[in-house]
Amino acid sequence: MRGATRVTMTRRALAAVGVLALTATACGGGSSSGGAGGGAPDGVIRAFWTDPQHPVEPANTNEVQGGKVLDMIMRGLKKYDPSTGEAKNAVAESITTDDQRTFRIKLEKGWKFSDGTPVTAKSFVDAWNYGALVTNKQVNSYFFQYIDGYDDVHPEKGKPEAKKMSGLKVTGDRAFTVKLNQKFSMWPQTLGYSAYAPLPKSFFTDHEGWLKKPVGNGPYKVDSYTRGQSMKLSRNTHYNGADKPRNKGVELRVYTDQNTGYTDLQAGNLDVVDELPAGQLKNAKRDLNGRYINQPAGITQTLSFPMYDKRWKGEKGALVRRGLSRAINRKEVTEEIYHGTREPATDLTSPVLGAGGGYEPGLCGSACEYDPKAAKKLIKQGGGLPGGKITLTSNVDTGSHRQWMEAVCNSINRTLDKNNACTVNPVPTFSEFRSDISGKKMKGMFRTGWQMDYPLIQNFIQPLYYTDASSNDSGFSDPKVDKLIDQANAAGDQKSAIGLFQQAEKRILETFPAIPLWYQNGNAGYSERVGNVKLNPFSVPVFTDIKVK
Amino acid sequence: MGRYVVRRLLQMVPVFIGTTFLIFVMVYAVGDPVNAMFGDRAPDPATAAQLRAEFNLDKPLWQQYGLYMGKIFSGDFGNAFNGQPVTELMATAFPLTIRLALVAVVIEIVIGLVLGVLTGLRRGRPIDSGVLMLTLVVISVPTFVTGTVFQYLLGVRWGLIAPAVSPAAPLGQLLLPGLVLALVSLAYVTRLTRTSIAENSRADYVRTAVAKGLPRRRVTVRHLLRNSLIPVVTFLGTDVGTLMAGALVTERIFNIHGVGFQLWQGIVRQNSPTVVGFVTVLVIVFLLANLLVDLLYAVLDPRIRYV
Repeated sequence: MRGATRVTMTRRALAAVGVLALTATACGGGSSSGGAGGGAPDGVIRAFWTDPQHPVEPANTNEVQGGKVLDMIMRGLKKYDPSTGEAKNAVAESITTDDQRTFRIKLEKGWKFSDGTPVTAKSFVDAWNYGALVTNKQVNSYFFQYIDGYDDVHPEKGKPEAKKMSGLKVTGDRAFTVKLNQKFSMWPQTLGYSAYAPLPKSFFTDHEGWLKKPVGNGPYKVDSYTRGQSMKLSRNTHYNGADKPRNKGVELRVYTDQNTGYTDLQAGNLDVVDELPAGQLKNAKRDLNGRYINQPAGITQTLSFPMYDKRWKGEKGALVRRGLSRAINRKEVTEEIYHGTREPATDLTSPVLGAGGGYEPGLCGSACEYDPKAAKKLIKQGGGLPGGKITLTSNVDTGSHRQWMEAVCNSINRTLDKNNACTVNPVPTFSEFRSDISGKKMKGMFRTGWQMDYPLIQNFIQPLYYTDASSNDSGFSDPKVDKLIDQANAAGDQKSAIGLFQQAEKRILETFPAIPLWYQNGNAGYSERVGNVKLNPFSVPVFTDIKVK
Repeated sequence: MGRYVVRRLLQMVPVFIGTTFLIFVMVYAVGDPVNAMFGDRAPDPATAAQLRAEFNLDKPLWQQYGLYMGKIFSGDFGNAFNGQPVTELMATAFPLTIRLALVAVVIEIVIGLVLGVLTGLRRGRPIDSGVLMLTLVVISVPTFVTGTVFQYLLGVRWGLIAPAVSPAAPLGQLLLPGLVLALVSLAYVTRLTRTSIAENSRADYVRTAVAKGLPRRRVTVRHLLRNSLIPVVTFLGTDVGTLMAGALVTERIFNIHGVGFQLWQGIVRQNSPTVVGFVTVLVIVFLLANLLVDLLYAVLDPRIRYV
């Protein structure tokens, strides 16, 4: 009898496990088609994607993965030319000004959102007001900081006093004016960034629904979006721009890991990967038979000094900083660690600007050239390293930071013939690193990376080196630099504005608050199935131009 | 037995509260996640303050924990920073991981037990030493190596399978990841079973069973194996929990958007609601798996009784 009950118990347990297994597997059965592994419909590009960090909406997307979608489904007043970075009119018919402060904007006829509703001046004004309002918690709010009335909708502390910026006025169905709170001659050129995109009515009436399936006025429209898995896009038939897609659509697939995406690319299951794993950069060109892109991106890396620390002030500090700069063998680091995906920096801007946009290689002069002998001399002239040694601080959770920091320190130690002159101070997470910087706790050199908001020389200078600017992490302040930047912003034509910014740049490099390290490149690989792949200045693939064979 | 289960369930309450609190403190001690949301630049103070208020980050830690636990009991695990409810993430991640873990456990049990019994009964023979060597190799090679090598060979070089698992993750595509995931545990199961079988095959009850004239098959399966399973079941019980949480490496290699991956992404992005939520559920899984193992002992060995 006992034995019998035991047998039934075991049987029951086994049966229960079996049922569980069946139900669990049944969930996955049936829907085996689609997704990774399967082929794509004719003419559709399959592209690498990772889950965007924030919900995909124009004023709340500040990284490439969300930016990729916005670039396809949104079109603002201007658009940056993928190869030259020049801002060209898109939805705007004209943007005019007499005083570099009040701008009259006229929209081109015929633009519609993919749901068929027209793009009007209100679409822009409402979108910008939404993006700027502090209670909407948009991470790109600061893009609207130059518009008059921004402080009322986005105060440093407390509740906003207004819901709309006073500087925005709709003057017609397809016309509005923008008044800035300061002169800013190059402002129209900033308008190509996706934060300035227009939004349809549905965004405001059904926000949740819009986030589930974003609607815009760009070359593509969203067909389906499964968060964390994939997004399918097809041509927007209402699109009015010149850059109509040369393919039938794009399927963005979320990958758990860059390596997996790269493997899928090699296996021919994926067409475009714009994030190549660091470990594969060395072999990517050969693995992919040259179907590999390595071109400048608007990202620069610099080493900043705590200019708020009195040990780094004055003439002598500048000599030491210049000496340290000359002690760094940039070429070796960019080649050995980054396999040519970084270029040694010789100014404070980026090659994406092009010569016309204010990029001037060699502007930094000899201070950015590796010369151990001169370096040693300069540091000696400046009275040696403060306290005899220096630390190099950065977060180490991304971007091979630990490796290059060690290389840079070794380079400095070799120059000074001292083993512990420079030591690496790794901070585990970016967030901690950021808190230390904003708390002004830095003692030695620290990494400062800058990813441009728009391809303008202004964006590489003003936010970083103007007194008390938003990203002026070193606490650098020079009235002459401030004055030159103000003059540049008030300049009537672009050429003189750029010239003035370059003068400011030269002046900054006299004090040398930051050591230019290298310009970062954007990288991508693509399959044999597609052609004409390139990256725009923000390192996002230009999907409209890709042709499927 | 009923009273035993109730007692065990009650014991789980303090364990649950303690572990969740520890996790909560550890995740929040790492630093301010809002800083990391602004990319490589200084956060705009006004927006950052609003975000901190939204996620209760501006309140003292004990109050944050209280608010969080209060919400959990009403089934609200909060929102990930990309606006997606954590429960929604769980609803997609857990079924995937459970399926993967089941594939792995089935492989472990079938192959591990068979190899264990075979080697246990043939101690010292070539098959025994051969399998022992093999398990040694499997244990010493890390999962990410076996995973990427299999993926490269089968997926890219020979083109037999798709290297990445599709979002729907049908069973066929999970076989290779399941095998990779199971390999290390499989080696342990083999070794545990072998030792246990080898020991028990000299036991009195086995001799009695043979003397009774029972067929060899019945002696091995009903008497020898069943009595040798206790250490193996203990191992498998804890392994279920580990497979759920520790499939991180395998999930990332094979593009499976399961629990391990969500946890990893949550940690990298300092997405505290995701991390704490998933770990809370995993704690429950661990506790229940352990209870189940203890109850299974009674099924396997009549001498064990729970009162």
